[in-house]
Amino acid sequence: MIKIRGLNKWFGDLHVLKDIDMDVSPKEVVVVIGASGSGKSTLLRCLNFLEFAQKGHIYIDGVEANAKSRNLHTVRADVGMVFQHFNLFPHRTVMGNVIEGLTQVKKTPYKEAVEHGEDLLRKVGLSDKAYVYPAMLSGGQKQRVAIARALAMKPKIMLFDEPTSALDPELVGEVLQVMKNLAIEGMTMMVVSHEMGFAREVGDRVVYMDEGRIIEEGPPSEIYSNPKNERTKAFLGQIL
Amino acid sequence: MIDLPWDFTAIPRFFPGFYAAALLTLQITFFGILVGLILGLVTGLMRLSKNPILNMPAKAYIWVIRGTPLLLQLMIIYYGLIDLVSIDRMPAAILGLGVHNGAYIAEIFRGAIQSVERGQREAALSLGMTETQAMRRIILPQAFKRSVPPLGNQFIIALKDSSLASAIAVRELLLRARQMGSSTLMMLEMLMIVGVYYLLMTTVLNLLMGRIEKLLEVSDYKD
Repeated sequence: MIKIRGLNKWFGDLHVLKDIDMDVSPKEVVVVIGASGSGKSTLLRCLNFLEFAQKGHIYIDGVEANAKSRNLHTVRADVGMVFQHFNLFPHRTVMGNVIEGLTQVKKTPYKEAVEHGEDLLRKVGLSDKAYVYPAMLSGGQKQRVAIARALAMKPKIMLFDEPTSALDPELVGEVLQVMKNLAIEGMTMMVVSHEMGFAREVGDRVVYMDEGRIIEEGPPSEIYSNPKNERTKAFLGQIL
Repeated sequence: MIDLPWDFTAIPRFFPGFYAAALLTLQITFFGILVGLILGLVTGLMRLSKNPILNMPAKAYIWVIRGTPLLLQLMIIYYGLIDLVSIDRMPAAILGLGVHNGAYIAEIFRGAIQSVERGQREAALSLGMTETQAMRRIILPQAFKRSVPPLGNQFIIALKDSSLASAIAVRELLLRARQMGSSTLMMLEMLMIVGVYYLLMTTVLNLLMGRIEKLLEVSDYKD
């Protein structure tokens, strides 16, 4: 589904991604962990072309895309993204947020888009909030709307950039539950998150990054219980 | 009792005689702002473009217009360009006020657009929208809302600045006051009349902008 080869990214002099090679298979759930500044969010943002890598190749569903691709927006439409700070559109209702991509990008007729939007809101448990503005929602509700908004585009893969780290602890569960359901339904997902419970329950693979490199990867049970690399051990010791 | 040299009873008596002049003031201001808004939006967006062919002219326009007096700009348009094009005084006043305000409004829009969180553009792009769609559907509506308070401020400045059109013989409020003052020998009284006119108009404008602000504010919190 996603193939990354020799990806390198610099912010000025700062080398943030170093020779990243990675594959994500269809229906796989990959959880990326690492300290802040390790490059994990940047990697995710490169996959949605919100950042552009200076070197290396990214293939989405077999097709290479980069800064020069002419139809970058159509590539992005196939890659759903959920942000740490939700980034809901404050001037649109919940329904408006969910159907924005449908009506504007896919040119779905309004009525059809709303019907689809209702299905999605039911799925994330927010049917009763369809015509409320984001300012009226809790953080957990906002993030669930953001997930529904991304799902509306029927993406081939969903990227989650620390989806629960801006939430109050009691609201984390409802968002993780929605994500778990997605994983069970067979959505291909790449999740930057330190939620170990989630990784253990639905993650197929955990990738540990440090200083722009992939240091270690493997099944969650192995990484969390039996890390081989010293740096992985030290990091897990800090967050557990 | 001290005998004041002024006859303030003249103020209510002569007040209605300024209606036509007030109407001209309002016309210059209204159309000047309209021109300013269009110029401001276009140059504000150009100024934000990464393409130097677009942003350089915008920067130059803002630099020159904000760096020179409106009075000079009006004189250049009305008297200075006479050999090139002869522009009537009213259109000259509107054009001058419009071009002048366009530079300030461009900066207001630029600031408002830049104040919209980066995440808004990113969320729009991540849905597959083009940069243009993201700007039109997501960023501009939020930016317009944020630009209302500074725009209100700018409109009030524009209304008062329209008095400079008196220098190019537009018989708006200030010129009318000076003419009436000379002919009646009641200069202070006439100037006070236009003072009241300006104060009334700026007050109404203020209330209007406050209303618009309120209306836009609730639209985000409506349940």
